[in-house]
Formats: sequence, C-alpha cells, structure tokens
Amino acid sequence: MIGLSVVYVVAGVVFSAFAVLSALDRNNPKRLGNAAFWALVATSFLAGNRLGDVGNGVIVLGLAAIAGLGGLGRGRPATTSADERTASARRFGNKLFIPALTLPLVVVFGVLVLKPLEFGGVPLLDPKQATLLSLSLAAVVATGVGLILLRQPLMSPLQEGRRLMDTVGWAALLPQMLAALGAVFALAGVGETIGQLVTAYLPMDARLTAVAVYCLGMAAFTMIMGNAFAAFPVMTAGVALPILVGKFGGDPAVIASIGMLSGFCGTLMTPLAANFNLVPAALLELPDRYAVIRAQIPTAIPLLLANVVLMYVLAF
Amino acid sequence: MLSLLGVATVVVGFAIGLNPLLVVVGAAFVAGLAAGLSPIEVLAAFGKAFNENRYISVAFLTLPMIGVVERAGIQEQARTLMLRLRGVSVGSLLVVYLLFRQGTAALGLISIAGHAQSIRPIIAPMAEGAVEAYVGPLHPRTRQEVRAMSAATDNIGVFFGEDIFVAMGSILLMVGFLATAGITIDPIHLSLWSIPTAIVAFAIHTVRLLLFDRRTRRRLAE
Repeated sequence: MIGLSVVYVVAGVVFSAFAVLSALDRNNPKRLGNAAFWALVATSFLAGNRLGDVGNGVIVLGLAAIAGLGGLGRGRPATTSADERTASARRFGNKLFIPALTLPLVVVFGVLVLKPLEFGGVPLLDPKQATLLSLSLAAVVATGVGLILLRQPLMSPLQEGRRLMDTVGWAALLPQMLAALGAVFALAGVGETIGQLVTAYLPMDARLTAVAVYCLGMAAFTMIMGNAFAAFPVMTAGVALPILVGKFGGDPAVIASIGMLSGFCGTLMTPLAANFNLVPAALLELPDRYAVIRAQIPTAIPLLLANVVLMYVLAF
Repeated sequence: MLSLLGVATVVVGFAIGLNPLLVVVGAAFVAGLAAGLSPIEVLAAFGKAFNENRYISVAFLTLPMIGVVERAGIQEQARTLMLRLRGVSVGSLLVVYLLFRQGTAALGLISIAGHAQSIRPIIAPMAEGAVEAYVGPLHPRTRQEVRAMSAATDNIGVFFGEDIFVAMGSILLMVGFLATAGITIDPIHLSLWSIPTAIVAFAIHTVRLLLFDRRTRRRLAE
C-alpha cells in the first residue's frame, strides 16, 4: 500500500534541491538563510519520524528563528523576461494550459480509478490519503507534461519552483505551524475554557438569541482558533446540544450543518486560517498581507447573518 | 483561565506585526507554560504535532509545474485570451469560476483547483486581462483588488460547496461528534442541510462580484 511516506520522500527531495540551489544563488544576499530554512523543511519531510518529538520541536524553533530574524531573502534564479514570455505565449498559444489542466485530470483519475484498486485485498493507495497521493502524482505528471510539451530546460521545475517558494517565503510553513499550535492549545484546555465563558456569560433564554449565540460564537471561536473543526465540538457541546436541541427541540442535522458553515464564515475573516488567507496573498505578491481577508469580509458577514436566519427558520 | 494568555499572545502578536512564525511559537509556550507544562514538554508537544501535520505542506509540490508554465508564458496567454474575449467582464468571469468551484467541491473534487494551481497562473491573470480590456493598463491598487477578489472567490466557492459532499472531512467530524453525544445522524442529512447556505453564499458573492465589476469600470470614466 502506498501511503504518505512516499510523498514525504518526494517533498523532502524537492525541498533539499531548493536548499542547495538557494545556497548557490549569488543574486540573493540572504542565500544562506533561505538555504537553511528549506533544508530544515527537507529534514522534517525526510527524517521527521526518526527525530523524536523534541528533535522536531528544535526544527520548529530553527524555522521561527530564521523567519523572525529576517533571515529569508528572495532567490532570483535566471528566468525568462517579460518579452520572452509574451513571445513564448504567442508561440504556444492555448497549449500552455495543457499542463495546468493535466493536474486536475490526474487528481480525478487518482480518486476515481486508482483509489478503488486492490491487489490481493490490499488497496493500492492508502484510502485515507488518496486525494493527497493523487495530487502529488498529478504534480509530478503535469511537470513532465510541461517540460516536454513546452520544451523547457530540465532544471526549470526546480529553479522556477524555488522562485515561487521564495515568493511565498515563511508564510508557506504558517499553516502547518498553526495546526501544531492548535494541538498545544487543546493540550492546555483553551477550547474548554472559552466554551465555559460563552455558556456562563451569554444570554440564551430566547430561541433566537440562542441561535445567534451559537452561529456567531462558531464564527468568533473559529477566528480565534483559525479552524472551524476546533470550534465545532466546544460550541456544539456547550450551546447547541443542551440549549438548541435539548431545551428548544431543534433538528440536530440542521443545527450542526449550519453551525459548521457559520464557522466557515469565521475562517474567511481570520489571519489564523493562513493557508486560505495569507498564503494566497503571498503567492499573488500582494503588498497588503490581509488583502484577501479584506475582500472576503463583505461576503462573510451577510452570510453569517443569513445562517442565523436559516437555522432559526429551518431547525424548529 | 491562564491558558487564554496563549490566545492573547496570538492576537497581540499579529496586531503589532511580529513575524507570525515567531508569534505562533511564542503563543504555544505561553499557553503550555500557563497550563503547567515544562518548556521541554511544550517543545515536544509542538514538535510532535508539527510532524503529524506535515501533510499540510505537501500541497507546495504543485509549485514546480506552475513555475514551468509561468516561464513559458501562461500568465501572458491567460491575459491575452481575455483581451480577445472583450465581452467577458471580470464579474462574469469570477461568477463562472465561483459556480465551477462550488459545483466541483460539492462532488468532493477540492484539489482540482486552488490558489497555487489555478488562481496565480490562470484565473487572476484572466481577471486582470478582463479589466484591462475595458480600462487599459491597471493601477497597482486595482490590480491588487482584482487578485485579492480572485483568491477570495476560490475560498468562498470551496467552503460553501464542500459540505454538500457526503464524505467530506467536516461532515465525518460532525457525524462522529454527534454519535459520541448519543445522536445518530445519516451524513446525507448534513449534506442536504448545507445546500441552503450554499445557495445564499452564491447569491451574496455573485452580487458582490457584479458590483465589483461596475466599480472597476466606473473608475475608467473618472
């Protein structure tokens, strides 16, 4: 059975290449910082399971120290100029989209065809990780298609990949770091404490206020934790089950679904949901780190209020 | 109660603009120490969770392919395509993308698109091209707004489409949690009750995209 360990080796090799190429990049005055940063990421992917918990903690400290002390620069691998790209676009035309479309096609192929495959009762892909495995396979296949179809240099995937990786910079590791922070918060009982505060101090005598407390609480708690999955158990056990279901007799299916989606409205408004909000801002080279959040808030707030109304109308 | 200092650390750290990686590590130590763990225990807990969450960073494996097609001019081609299709405005382009993203997410196909693999190389340059077709070269502020709106549209499409798919992680989490509370629910009911919010989300964001369209075009007249 093919599991995530294979993908981690591939990722480790790619990040090792980023580290080596960074170290050799004389156009980047902070090349050693970049090299060390991506080397730590590579080490985590290649040897994370053998380093022990404290060893992985030391990697985390190293990453935070390099990023926090401003040790990351932006690599400037030789790439094509704007004019060369325009000329190349004219030459290849819509063929340019083929590698980018190969990616989703291989993902779908992986999920629909490879995932159900079994050999002697053992599945080919770890069923829990089938999507991520398919995405990694798709990334490799689509890179190959791009290299051949667009006749690009053999080193270009690694050099151009490094260019994009440096564009994202430290923000690339933030989602994984925040997930780890969530685990430490859970250990410290942060969720339960907030849940107790909400239920102890907010009025929930009337059905409408109770619905509002649950929906708005899901959004607010998600904004604090960066993740609706962390907010859901606490808010649902604290407010939804005892009050909305127990006292007012609401339909748990309606309450749970719309409650979770209220949490998603919070996800749209918090920098702690870094992979959705901060990584794309870095990837799109936006000078305002919070530009994506600012674009989402005017959709998130009316939708959150709509969720309160929907739950009030549909659940009872 | 003291563990809430960890949350406060995050809020203050982000507010005063410290490097977020430092803020996160700092918050972990504040919360852990406040809860009575030793520094080594916090470091070990953080390291363990970091290692277990490596799958999150695997998504960057798509960047080499994106870099290759960018080198060959995919952004320029996406822009040219929209300059040629003069009738398609930025609003209608993003509404179609929103519908595509919500629809495919509802079928469970989340990884077929995203910020790295579709927004940066294709959708954002197309959206910029669509505005350029009306107003000519973009003001940097307009360019930033167009890019941010493209990324926002991707998020909103996925968030309010994915829960319609029965086997989505969040649906399974809800089923599992309610089961521990003694409530048995068929996942299909959770999926179906996600549809009203999905429709409202599409309506609200569509209206916003059309208003955005008018605003960017009015700027031309000024």
